[in-house]
Amino acid sequence: MAKSLTRQTASGWLFAAPAFLLIIVFLILPFFMAIGYSLTNQRLMSPNPTQYVGLDNWERLFGISLLTLEAKRDAAGSIVLIDGEPEFPKLRSYTRDKEAFPEYFRKRELFHLDFSKDSRTYIMAKDIVFLKAIKNTLFFVALVAPIQAGLGLLLALLINQKVRGINAFRTIYFMPVVISIVVVSMLWRFIYAGHDGLLNTLLAYVTFGAFDPIDWLGNTSTALPSIMAMSIWQGVGFHMIIWLSGLQTIPETLYEASRIEGSSKWQTFRFVTWPGLKNTAILVMIVITMQAFTLYPQIAVMTNGGPLDSTQSIVFQMVEKGYGKQDIAGGSTIAVFLFLLVFSISLLQRWLTREKQ
Amino acid sequence: MNLERLTKLMGTYLLLSFVACIFVIPIIFMIISSLKPDYQLLLDTSSMRAFLPVGDISLDNYFSAFRRAPIGLFVFNSTFITATTLVFTLFLASIAAFSFVFIEWRGKATVLAIIIATYILPFETVAVPLLLLVNELPWLSTEGVTWGWLNSYQVQIIPFLVRALEIFLFVQYFKDLPKDLIEAARVDGASWFQVYRRVVMPLSGPVIATVAILKSLEMFNGQYLWPIMTVQSEEYRPVMVGLQYFFQTGTTHWGEIMAFLTIITLPVLVFYLVLQRAFIASIASSGVKG
Repeated sequence: MAKSLTRQTASGWLFAAPAFLLIIVFLILPFFMAIGYSLTNQRLMSPNPTQYVGLDNWERLFGISLLTLEAKRDAAGSIVLIDGEPEFPKLRSYTRDKEAFPEYFRKRELFHLDFSKDSRTYIMAKDIVFLKAIKNTLFFVALVAPIQAGLGLLLALLINQKVRGINAFRTIYFMPVVISIVVVSMLWRFIYAGHDGLLNTLLAYVTFGAFDPIDWLGNTSTALPSIMAMSIWQGVGFHMIIWLSGLQTIPETLYEASRIEGSSKWQTFRFVTWPGLKNTAILVMIVITMQAFTLYPQIAVMTNGGPLDSTQSIVFQMVEKGYGKQDIAGGSTIAVFLFLLVFSISLLQRWLTREKQ
Repeated sequence: MNLERLTKLMGTYLLLSFVACIFVIPIIFMIISSLKPDYQLLLDTSSMRAFLPVGDISLDNYFSAFRRAPIGLFVFNSTFITATTLVFTLFLASIAAFSFVFIEWRGKATVLAIIIATYILPFETVAVPLLLLVNELPWLSTEGVTWGWLNSYQVQIIPFLVRALEIFLFVQYFKDLPKDLIEAARVDGASWFQVYRRVVMPLSGPVIATVAILKSLEMFNGQYLWPIMTVQSEEYRPVMVGLQYFFQTGTTHWGEIMAFLTIITLPVLVFYLVLQRAFIASIASSGVKG
């Protein structure tokens, strides 16, 4: 009786089909298109037919080769020193000569290592900007994810106290979350301004003028950390709420038991609160990591990748290539790479946090 | 109350207030700055006057911001895009979830699993090929069939209609509804659509609010990368992209920018302050059950 009332393939399909179709057309299909395009030379508009190019796009992004050069020697055979440093042949003679050195053609130096006095090994890359973008993005994720999660938990613990007016504080802490990251980025560009920005002024004020103003976004060493601090400011309230709802699932009786046992505050946190938050912790880390990997609006609004590529990000590079240069193939290759990165990191997180037998 | 508890309480409030300042100061700074002329704005940042509505206070920045960019149009566009998306999202996600939870049909588990799996597909990873795809899709208008969706409302709406999270939130909520109610309605001869409309949806206020809030924030606040890629004509631009108008000339008029930021932020902030319980509940439920 009940079965015949609930079994109805036609209605079931009909109700689910529109949503399923939209997800296929606008998410799953383009995802597979990205994989396909990453193996072609597809452009947004091109008079020439699209061709299969194998792994050329990947080679254009990740092409790396080593070049070991001997120091220059004079006629007598001793090393030429300039200012006490050995002199090496110009890299230009290798990277501009397609005929003689196809492997090094158009590559640029990423960094070099000196294994001995008279030889130097250059690590040459096709696209050093993209490699910097990967490095920056990983740095961003590696710092923002744990700091934002940790601060979120601290705020949740702070806001979970039962004192009068606590709701007002919760409302304030959450406020930046409902402001667009585009607005926040613009506002903080002003706050971070070099000469008389608000942050420099505040720092000078609390240090009684001892603080030297810094051009936060114009400096290669401070630009990315500044963007990180701002991103944490904007997003931490979100994770505070998720932690808070995790905290509120821990039964009060456990806290009472721990009080009766005479546990310290830290012991209570370590043995009651933290074990009760394990699932929340996994969720928070996965969500933050995924968000952090797609770092884009902050860069586009605040620095455009500069200064000296110190704030390039993977998605920023993807937009530069896929949209800016209309190189759909190049942009798609970065998209596939981004997916593989996000996917493998979330698998790793699942594996690290798996239930131990 | 003894002295020790009093000092402890004072300490708690001091800490709470200090943290509150960190979150609220930049926002106050934005609103106050929007009322000051540029010369005073730059002078004031070097003192605590930056947070006070003192000196030459006026709404001039707002007037000149409206002259610089068609802000009314941008706000209309974003509101229209958000509202239209919302109506479709609520309907499509809830009716799909209804089918997944209450109706038995072949292939249901597979379809649901595929949808949930797309949760780990960030939009950014499909944006570039999607640009090519929407450039070749047909559209039926009063001028007959046209090709390519660039520079339109639909390019900013249709790709975002349904996401895994929204279906998932409805599924979780529907699972907790009493099954007897649905069966009783079926025994009485109600069609599936009637059960959905008359029984299930009237009971779903909380989850509708959750999805509505999350989706509105995503559409109004979050749309930036995609409109930059697909919308070049002013006619269809959303608010966040409108920011570009304030950097076209040589000098940056910070007062005007702060006025523009305030215009596009204040409505959302007011909404939030009025409905803060619902906002916070919606974020909380987007997490707990995951």
